[in-house]
Amino acid sequence: MIEWFTTAQIAIAVAAGLLCLVLGFAGRKPNDLSMGAAALVEVLLVAQLVTAIVAPIFGNLPTGNVAEFYAYLISAVIVPPLAAFWALVERTRWSTVILGVACLAIAVMLYRMHIIWNVQLT
Amino acid sequence: MANSARVTGIGRVLIVVYGFLALAATGRSAVQILTKFDEAPLAYSLSALAAVVYIVATVALVAPGRSAASHTAWYRVAWGTITFELLGVIVIGVLSLADPELFPHDTVWSVFGRGYVFVPLILPVLGMVWLAKHRPRSTSPAAASAAQRTA
Repeated sequence: MIEWFTTAQIAIAVAAGLLCLVLGFAGRKPNDLSMGAAALVEVLLVAQLVTAIVAPIFGNLPTGNVAEFYAYLISAVIVPPLAAFWALVERTRWSTVILGVACLAIAVMLYRMHIIWNVQLT
Repeated sequence: MANSARVTGIGRVLIVVYGFLALAATGRSAVQILTKFDEAPLAYSLSALAAVVYIVATVALVAPGRSAASHTAWYRVAWGTITFELLGVIVIGVLSLADPELFPHDTVWSVFGRGYVFVPLILPVLGMVWLAKHRPRSTSPAAASAAQRTA
């Protein structure tokens, strides 16, 4: 796990989440902007997955529980497609809110992943 | 019609947030029990119990019930589980502050759900508001759509 990349990723997930929440509460149906923001979060998650697989080869090892780390990461990777699927099925403002909630939840999950990988004290 | 669609929408946001909490609590308690159950059997058992209740609550909110009877039954399950969650977060929240020795390891409900940005404290209240506004009646949107499906 690369620290600056993870930090940037969390910032983007929070920004995308807030953007979708604002658009949703403003009454916008899922559009290119909100779906694009969720898609960007998903692309970065896949990049994070690749990084996590490759990093140990270069001596960047997780300090915490690997299984717990991947439980978070794989759950996170699944979330945006589910939220986007819902947004396509039910095209209301609340689907945009759901996209926002999903992005914010991913930000929290990324933070937990960062703790597990970098700063495990036990 | 537009109005009922909007209400369905809010309900779905609630379900999604419940789903996330159920997922987070289940995943975390599973890891805790598998890796370090001996350290705090009480706290981790409680986490697992809370996780199961969140799953049941999520299911109760999702399961619409095709008949009026099953709709009423799930409605009661939803009330029961959400009430349990609210009591849990308040009782454990108070206990964890009053006597930290009792819960040396975090549970979902420690310090009113601080580890989960207080979502465990806020969510049951929102859930109760939503349930109170959506009593199962033949005129309610859910019952009406259930009737449409069976017709």
